[in-house]
Amino acid sequence: MSTATATTTTTPTAAPAQGRRWGPLVRFVILVGIASFVLIPAYVLIVTSLKPAIETTASQAWALPRAPTLDGWRQAWETLREPMLRSVALAVPAALLSSTLGCLNGFVLSKWKFPGADFLFTLLLFGMFIPYQAVMIPLTQIVRNVGLPSGIPTLIFVHTVFGLPITTLIFRNYFATTLPDEMLEAAQVDGAGQWTSFLRVALPLSIPGFVVAIIWQFTSVWNDFLFAIFLSNARNGPVTIALQALAGGQLTNYSASMAGALIASLPTLLVYVFLGKYFIGGLMSGSLKG
Amino acid sequence: MNSLRRHLPSLAMLAPTILLVGVFVYGLIGWNFQISLTDRASLSSEYSYVGFDNYGDLLTDPRFLHSVRNLAIFTVVFIGGTMLMGLVWALLLERGISGEGVFRTIYLFPMAVSFVASGVVWRWLLNSAQGDNAGGLNQLFEMVGLGGLQNPWWSHPTWGMAAMAIPAVWQLSGYVMALFLAGFRGISIDQREAARIDGASEFQLYRHVLFPQLSPVALSAIIIVGHMSLKVFDLIMAISGAVYVTEVPATFLWDKLLGNEFAVVATTAALMLVAVAVVIIPYLVVTVRQEDE
Repeated sequence: MSTATATTTTTPTAAPAQGRRWGPLVRFVILVGIASFVLIPAYVLIVTSLKPAIETTASQAWALPRAPTLDGWRQAWETLREPMLRSVALAVPAALLSSTLGCLNGFVLSKWKFPGADFLFTLLLFGMFIPYQAVMIPLTQIVRNVGLPSGIPTLIFVHTVFGLPITTLIFRNYFATTLPDEMLEAAQVDGAGQWTSFLRVALPLSIPGFVVAIIWQFTSVWNDFLFAIFLSNARNGPVTIALQALAGGQLTNYSASMAGALIASLPTLLVYVFLGKYFIGGLMSGSLKG
Repeated sequence: MNSLRRHLPSLAMLAPTILLVGVFVYGLIGWNFQISLTDRASLSSEYSYVGFDNYGDLLTDPRFLHSVRNLAIFTVVFIGGTMLMGLVWALLLERGISGEGVFRTIYLFPMAVSFVASGVVWRWLLNSAQGDNAGGLNQLFEMVGLGGLQNPWWSHPTWGMAAMAIPAVWQLSGYVMALFLAGFRGISIDQREAARIDGASEFQLYRHVLFPQLSPVALSAIIIVGHMSLKVFDLIMAISGAVYVTEVPATFLWDKLLGNEFAVVATTAALMLVAVAVVIIPYLVVTVRQEDE
């Protein structure tokens, strides 16, 4: 079934050194076994999403669909189409905004340090680990008092602010390792100030940093549930809220919920499959290990 | 004065972030703390200050303590499970094997999915019905002749939270594996060769040369996973909803918010913040300091 991708690869090459306790073949078999366990939920999602309602009973839970149908997908798409669009309208601007500010911050905090810069950076980083519940009541009050349009505009703002620590961290690591001090010194000799050297030297080199930061932020904002449930609802919120409403009821339509879970995960899964290297870059910086 | 002028552009560049984070992280934390010192329990803006009474009440509230106990069980299984899986998977992959990229991609893919989406399928897998009505994993056990393994999963009143941690372990083990793999790959080949030349067995090589160098990685993995565990919310909302048997501080808070009990909500949030801060602040300070050396 779902392990086909893993087994189609070529057989393991012979180990160069002798005395290995586990032959590569044994390791390979174990790895395939683990992979199939990890993929069990994916199997259930796909299979159930294609079943007609009559086949989603407990007794046929693990069976392949006998009469596959796209009814579940159709139903889920009808419910999730608008929220999906709202999630795009949320995740794209939020990722761009916090990455842009993060780029500026990372440049300063890696190349133009001042006394107290590390302390400030530590204070900033703490913001990405806090339980956001600790700001939620005041936040909902501000939103209500200021009259910020609830739903997506509010969430764009919030995700931009709370994305700043991780984007700053990504760019700080990025500039520290890829932007040579000599280039900045040369620009200074030519009379460039700090802003000029940012715009002329750092920014043109920052594309790979932007790819990592934007992908990471896009994924986290897309998958966010906490801010969404406090600051929006199923009518004006992102897809996570709509999916929870679709799948969380007492009378659950299993094929539609599972199709819905797949639809809602598709954008981030595609990003992961095609841009995995950059996704992992963001993932690793989340543990502060550049 | 001169130094201030020199650093003015830096501060100007950071100004938007300093302002936003200052107000929306630290300012709002302060505001939340202020609310936690009041008796606000409705939408009306009338309230009075009660000092730390809410903290005292909460820390003796059996329902809140039950949520803390649930969280403790969840955290132990979550950390233990991800560390074990992550280490074993990394050990299997670290010497290189064909198809390594495919395995890594599969093991890490749950990280790209939201807890809400994976919760849909885990709710189905962790169906508590047994015997003839069994569904999900219970039915799989029945089918493969391991019917004795059937259990009520998260609805078990005492150990349900251990089952609730299974989806979390599934989601985060790949991440811990990636951290360990990066750790293994950061150790130079020379050290392995030197140990082998000295006649060390493979076991001794891992025990005395490789593992000691991985302890910083293990510590950061525990801290990252542990602090996530303290905040767990999405997963539980998606699988069981905010119900007593699986209640943790974050879902307790959500339930109190629905009742407009703002002071209790703020107090719970403040306690969650303190718990996370105790774990994270030393980690942050040490990591940032080490970087500069």
